[in-house]
Amino acid sequence: MSAPTQPSARTGGRLPPVEPPTDAPADAPRRRTHETGFGEARPHWLAYLLLGVGLIVVTSPFIWMALSSLKSEGEIRRVPPTWIPEAPTLDNFRELFERLDFPQFFTNSAVVATAVTIGNVIFCSMLGYVLAKSDFAGKKLLFRLVLGTLMIPGMVTLVPLFVLVANMGLVNTYFGLILPFLAAPFGVFLMRQFFLGIPDELIDAARVDGAGEARIFIQVVMPLAKPAIATLAILTFLGSWNNFLWPLVVATTEDKYTLPVALALYSTGQNQTDYGLLLAGAVVVVVPVLVVFLILQRHFVQGVAMTGIK
Amino acid sequence: MSTETAAQPGAPQAPGRAESYRPRKRPPLYVRRTRAAWGFALPFMLLFLVFTLGPVLMSLAMAVTDLRSRDLRNPFAVEFIGIENFTAVFSDPLFRKAAGNTAYFVLVGVPLTLALALAIAVVLNAGITRFKALFRVGYYMPVVTSIVAVAVVWRFLLHPDVGLLNEVLGWFGIEGPNWLASTTWAMPSMIAMATWRSIGTLIVIFLAGLQSVPTALHEAAALDGAGVWQRFRHITVPTLRPTLLFGAVITGIGYVQFFEEPFVMTQGGPLNSTLSVAFHTYNQFGFGNYGYAAAMSYVLFLAVVLLALVQFRLLGERDEPRRPKKRRPAPVANKEIGR
Repeated sequence: MSAPTQPSARTGGRLPPVEPPTDAPADAPRRRTHETGFGEARPHWLAYLLLGVGLIVVTSPFIWMALSSLKSEGEIRRVPPTWIPEAPTLDNFRELFERLDFPQFFTNSAVVATAVTIGNVIFCSMLGYVLAKSDFAGKKLLFRLVLGTLMIPGMVTLVPLFVLVANMGLVNTYFGLILPFLAAPFGVFLMRQFFLGIPDELIDAARVDGAGEARIFIQVVMPLAKPAIATLAILTFLGSWNNFLWPLVVATTEDKYTLPVALALYSTGQNQTDYGLLLAGAVVVVVPVLVVFLILQRHFVQGVAMTGIK
Repeated sequence: MSTETAAQPGAPQAPGRAESYRPRKRPPLYVRRTRAAWGFALPFMLLFLVFTLGPVLMSLAMAVTDLRSRDLRNPFAVEFIGIENFTAVFSDPLFRKAAGNTAYFVLVGVPLTLALALAIAVVLNAGITRFKALFRVGYYMPVVTSIVAVAVVWRFLLHPDVGLLNEVLGWFGIEGPNWLASTTWAMPSMIAMATWRSIGTLIVIFLAGLQSVPTALHEAAALDGAGVWQRFRHITVPTLRPTLLFGAVITGIGYVQFFEEPFVMTQGGPLNSTLSVAFHTYNQFGFGNYGYAAAMSYVLFLAVVLLALVQFRLLGERDEPRRPKKRRPAPVANKEIGR
């Protein structure tokens, strides 16, 4: 107790004689903002109430999905609908796993998402690094070319890309699912933004010590970029995991379906009314992602904020 | 050892510094650096050229020809028809219907999403000290969820008989419609779903932006008697303008291309009331009308760019149009700063 109070007492004793007028006003507003934000006590509980209602509205589809996947088909169809399952059962999941090869879909999603993530981390970091930290001929052109495509709708490239992949003989292969997403402009933008904040002196110092460009990148720059890499990896993995249209077009047989494709194809047509099975399928698709998100949510939030601030 | 390491930094540094003052001569250091940089850029650029830029140009080539799916085996037989595809697009009644739907979706959806996200972010930032992380995570959850799973769940929520929404409305004595089967209510349902899926991202971005709003300004205004709304309107919004613009642009880019919601929920129905331009394009590709569909995808691209420009006008720096009215010497000063 005495240790923390001592320094403050010491500074307190030193400061007031120098600038006595600034001390009091600097202290007062700090206390006010800390306690009540806008300076009024009233909106406090109101804020909690509004946000709480909003939170319930936003998350209720998830809660309802999870609860209903444990209900029997009869209970799901009951009017009025129930919240808590009367007789919780895992029958929906059991039947779903019997009918569909979910481990295979899961593997496919994981393989594709992992490969796309690794590719983006490597390639986007490399380009982002030189765009941020090097001065070379053609830099502006590269930057404009890559960022210019951020605004181009996916529909523009869909068919030419499919024709291209088909001509390469990659339809219904992992390569066909992975290659078009290995190098995404968004990653370049994100990594460049981060590398801009690394001091030049650090890189110059390594250069002066005789390190080659490749070595500087691998041993100096990349270790510093861990937070940005984590963000890029998570966002890319998630984007790939949830990607729907391209796998739907390219994966033509069941052994190459990703989870969303499998669920989408199962949920249309004759199975449209197997409510229990569909909800169980939705749970299987959503829950792994939600778990990962809850564990890594700090990185998500940092990353999204990072793209927005600068 | 010590003499070597001492000499090394001196040797490359001196010529490098001297030459950087004469950039036109392209000294060897610059050339070497360019070579190294292109080495770093090469892997990305190769993939980018083949899988992004190539298809973009190929699509443009398709848009000005009468290419159909059966021509793919003999692509040199197609004819160049200039802007004929584009005129066909604009005279297509289905495209007009889709364009109207897309405009409805964007004009209602973007402001709604921005306003909701901003309101939540401001309340989260100002009125709350505990459970901040919980709220942030909760509102962000829909963002990380697959659209396919979302569609399954929302089809139940919106179900006329066993759906949760109509049940809740029933508590208040309101008989809810058959949301997805109604030409009036299908589109609002899509907008609600898109808003639900998008506010999480915007809340996080706005929260980050709100950190840069100086509390001293709020306190000064509060001392001068400004109310909560006045402070929001005249302090928070102007300071947050760049962030708002960024949020509006990324939301706009996404919403103009709106495709997944109708694709998984309504297939564009009922009676094409949720058919979007992107979905119409996708269908035309499916029918094999490649040239026509490619032209339409470029119209979509144009719409994205136009919307971004409009947003830059509306939300960009406000100083320029206002200053000339108030102070006359301002434009001159502006120009000088610009130079």
